[in-house]
Amino acid sequence: MKKISRRNFTALATSAVGVSTIGFPMLATAKSANVVIIGGGFGGATAAKYLKRFDDSINVTLVEPAKAFVTCPFSNTVIGGLNPISKITHGYDGLRKRGVKVVHDRASAIDAAGKKVSLAGGSTLSYDRLIVSPGIDFRWGAIEGAEASIVDSIPHAWQAGAQTMLLRKQLEAMPDGGVFVISPPGNPFRCPPGPGERISLVANYFKQHKPKSKIIALDPKPKFSKQGLFKEGWAKLYPGMIDYRNLGNDGKVVRVDGKAMTLETDLGDKLRGDVVNFIPAQRAGKIAQTAGLADKSGWCPVDHTTFESNIHPAIHVIGDASIASPMPKSGFAASSQAKVCAAAIAALLSGGDVSRPKFVNTCYSLVAEDYGISVAMVYDFASGKIIKVKGSGGLSPSGASDTFHQQEADFARGWYDSIAADIFG
Amino acid sequence: MKIFCWIACVALTGIALSAPGGAKAEDRRSVIMANTCYSCHGADGHSVGAMPSIAGKSADYIVEALLKFRDGRKPSTVMARIAKGFTDDEIKALAKHFARQ
Repeated sequence: MKKISRRNFTALATSAVGVSTIGFPMLATAKSANVVIIGGGFGGATAAKYLKRFDDSINVTLVEPAKAFVTCPFSNTVIGGLNPISKITHGYDGLRKRGVKVVHDRASAIDAAGKKVSLAGGSTLSYDRLIVSPGIDFRWGAIEGAEASIVDSIPHAWQAGAQTMLLRKQLEAMPDGGVFVISPPGNPFRCPPGPGERISLVANYFKQHKPKSKIIALDPKPKFSKQGLFKEGWAKLYPGMIDYRNLGNDGKVVRVDGKAMTLETDLGDKLRGDVVNFIPAQRAGKIAQTAGLADKSGWCPVDHTTFESNIHPAIHVIGDASIASPMPKSGFAASSQAKVCAAAIAALLSGGDVSRPKFVNTCYSLVAEDYGISVAMVYDFASGKIIKVKGSGGLSPSGASDTFHQQEADFARGWYDSIAADIFG
Repeated sequence: MKIFCWIACVALTGIALSAPGGAKAEDRRSVIMANTCYSCHGADGHSVGAMPSIAGKSADYIVEALLKFRDGRKPSTVMARIAKGFTDDEIKALAKHFARQ
């Protein structure tokens, strides 16, 4: 055998091992795969970024009508006058810099058999894998008078942007001593603690600028998310301002009048608001419905390791539109699911094994600028579905100190800036 | 020809050692677990808010912090609730992953 110098051997060995460990999974990829993502919010934008992180060779195309995404999380701070809307608005240049192709158009149809997405602008996108992350659609007409036409006078502000600004403007125009009526829907819906935070930050605004004003909540549910913690904060910070009516207290709305600005309850009580915020019952976003990805519940059943649809193969549904209980429908959960989905798709496209997933959700709510509360949970996968990890998670403690609540408020803001950077940065 | 044999031998050894399939899925699970941290601690652990950065922290630091949060020796607002969601093995795998960054 010809003698080989030690230096040459090391150089050859390093390069050969380098090729084998880095290149081995890539050898299984015959050509660059195409992944199309419908929806550029917490789910879709996270999936786009993390797909490129897992495998930069994948062609990722993100379809999103809006040139910039306005987040529902922290939109209550805009409604409460604490932040400008620019604070919650994020562009897509960060994704573009990572090689994601961002198409500002709307998906109009999905050809599941042919693996094609049609866009409203006329073009067609082919995919090897499709991720559908469309958020929610509203169940208009489920309650008498609750039609899409009311949103210019009775906003839902449960999709951020113009609706956020409208509700803010209405509150600014309201005289001192006015009444704000808010009605959240029954379960399941996007962001269970959202209405509680909205009430809090409107109360905070009233306390400082319109202290004679009142807030009435009409809720068809027996209780609401973080109820104990919200009520503890409200008693301390906004005594006498908030009247929260649950199911057992005639909280169920049966009729909405967009012109008269009234909500009528089951027992016939007609409540008129100077500002009325009606949040309708929800279901998976429109494209999920038209593509046949939703079941009778109106939400999309998926595999919990890959988020692949149980109805149409090679299509994955993440975020609010998916059935991922016990995970709640939240931006954090959507982002967590997107990261798992991206890992799974990268594995599937390269012929590797799909890992057992891990998820986290933490929902921060601002009761006031210096008073935060949270609910957290860690999730794993067992017996074919997502499960809560026993002993983990839970609510902030009741009776916590002012310092604790200040820290949680600071962490709420820190969370928002960090996740925005994690997704759009 | 002989150099080719050397390269081939080392390459095959490399393939055998990286043990595709099971080991790759385990490595990826470490990444999946670490990814859950970035929603609060920032992209790749570079926090832009009140949460501390975890990027660049040693594996020992990560393990000790998570164990102390988990059993309450280190007070926290939310980290005890999060750390209780991870087993000893998962915490070790997480720490090893962060140490490699």
